[in-house]
Amino acid sequence: MTTTVDPATGPPPGARTAPAANPTLVGTFVALLLRDLTVLRKNLREFLPRTILQPLLLVFVFTYVFPKIGQSVGGAQGSAAFSTLLVAGVIGTAILFQGIQSVALPLVQEFGYTREIEDRVLAPLPIELVAIEKIVAGALQCLISALIVFPIARFVPATPVDLRITWWVLLTLAPLACVFSATIGLLFGTVFQPRTVPLLFGVIVVPMTFLGCVYYSWQSLEPIPWLQYAVLLNPLVYICEGFRAALTPVDHMPLTVIYGVIVAGTMAAGTVAIRFFQRRVIT
Amino acid sequence: MGDAPVAVTEHLTKVYPGGVRAVDDLNLEIRRGEIFGLLGPNGAGKSTTAGMLTTRVRPTEGRAVVGGVDVWEDPARAKRLIGVVPQSNTLDRALDVRENLYFHGRFFGMRARTARAEADLLLERFRLSDRATAPVMALSGGMAQRLMAARAVMHRPQVLFLDEPTAGLDPQSRIALWEILRELHTDGQTIVLTTHYMEEADELCDRLAIIDHGVVMALDTPEGLKRSVGADTVVTVTADGDLDRLGQVLTDRLGTATSAVVAVGKLQLGVRSADGVLPTVLSTAEDHGFTVRDLSVDVPSLEDVFIQLTGRELRD
Ligand SMILES: Nc1ncnc2c1ncn2[C@@H]1O[C@H](COP(=O)(O)OP(=O)(O)OP(=O)(O)O)[C@@H](O)[C@H]1O
Ligand SMILES: [Mg+2]
Repeated sequence: MTTTVDPATGPPPGARTAPAANPTLVGTFVALLLRDLTVLRKNLREFLPRTILQPLLLVFVFTYVFPKIGQSVGGAQGSAAFSTLLVAGVIGTAILFQGIQSVALPLVQEFGYTREIEDRVLAPLPIELVAIEKIVAGALQCLISALIVFPIARFVPATPVDLRITWWVLLTLAPLACVFSATIGLLFGTVFQPRTVPLLFGVIVVPMTFLGCVYYSWQSLEPIPWLQYAVLLNPLVYICEGFRAALTPVDHMPLTVIYGVIVAGTMAAGTVAIRFFQRRVIT
Repeated sequence: MGDAPVAVTEHLTKVYPGGVRAVDDLNLEIRRGEIFGLLGPNGAGKSTTAGMLTTRVRPTEGRAVVGGVDVWEDPARAKRLIGVVPQSNTLDRALDVRENLYFHGRFFGMRARTARAEADLLLERFRLSDRATAPVMALSGGMAQRLMAARAVMHRPQVLFLDEPTAGLDPQSRIALWEILRELHTDGQTIVLTTHYMEEADELCDRLAIIDHGVVMALDTPEGLKRSVGADTVVTVTADGDLDRLGQVLTDRLGTATSAVVAVGKLQLGVRSADGVLPTVLSTAEDHGFTVRDLSVDVPSLEDVFIQLTGRELRD
């Protein structure tokens, strides 16, 4: 990085073959991250409402309005238990949504008619690292949205939320869940076309949230065994159950299953997504 | 500067899935400091060639080397040595004009201060300073193209590739871009340019390859190519009837005719000396029962070279 050109005089004639600087893989990777964070900062006015509104409404209606008007939710356990149950679900959903919003949607556009991706992959990095950078940038945004959403789930409910934080689980699970979601976002981003994006929400994201152990714990599905096993295909189940284990005393899946599936799922989805990514940028 | 070529293709071939042989056994040597043109009609394989030299289209066979680096053995390293202006607008729409340059500099290892200074310098040089904070969506086609060129040279590539940089631009913007490319050329920048405008190839290129269906039909300086027509004058005759026969008749009558090509309903005669040709052509044609609808005389252009090589016009 020492062979830079004096900005006052510009490049001397004929010096066009000397590189302006010497990029390192790490330097370029960080610069790509900086670009994504700059875009996030510039788009904060869109990022905040899209991150806050859905969980706020969810928590407000189910744990504030319902108890106040005497409409029961949460079955036998009552509304206090329900607001505790919902904390993990709200955070899990926010993270998954953010993974899709911040990775898949921009990517679909860049791959689409704008072909902006053609320039992004000209950065002096192997293509795999360009794809991995997308995951890292997305995971950071997932983490930010989790932090924004947590106080909503904690303080909005009319009935007390019973928090019991298991720190080692929280501190390991939160980053893993964010990387998992961003990787799923990358996979969707390489698979869907601008034309099919509505399908992504209508046919994939909505069922994922309704059947993602957001409003109920996995173990409480026991009376419907086929469903209890069917939802195991849903990545959101492991994220929500993981936060349930990290934040609340509510029963949850065995931690080994949660961690195992999140790690294995990230690797599997990541491998496929990177392969698709390469296939779409190199003809 | 040395005489070793700065970019080389060896038996470079691309067969797309489905069997389209877009580029077929291409062997080129790009010399340091030259503007090299790839001139060809739509679908000739220009973008495919540029893509294979710039890490975006994987060759089916053969090698592409830029600045001594095999593009497909070490793409990440090759990417430092190339600057690319693709055929479509790939500016970062989430950023403004200056930020497009700033981050490009950062991607290529510049520190923040250097990237900012270089960005301002380039904005000045590419006449975009007054648009520094505009969103890139607000740029005209010509400005967007200049910004892409600025971005592509920011990291001082050994070879700058431009894929049809002036397609769709109005004449004024086209000339502005030509001026910028000439300035870069003066600074010693090696440029590879694809185009289907023969005026552009003629104006800018030191050497150019005429390609069609993925094959190089001819490669020379623009002057050399035009000389290869073997005539100093091209007479174009538009007439009813069997033009091949008319060509034969006229060639026999005019001792100075070097070629007669029928393409797109016109007869083109290459002639070594223009003196007195027109009246002769006209009277000979009428004598043989042809009705001449139009008659024109011109110096040979690259268009004529292309027509002679392929029997087709460059523009479709
Ligand atoms: N991704 C692809 N898959 C299949 N065929 C392709 C693909 N890209 C290009 N082709 C075909 O390869 C041939 C060469 O295309 P290419 O884009 O290289 O031509 P070009 O000279 O750049 O044309 P244009 O002036 O239209 O840009 C064409 O027949 C085209 O249809
Ligand atoms: Mg093209």
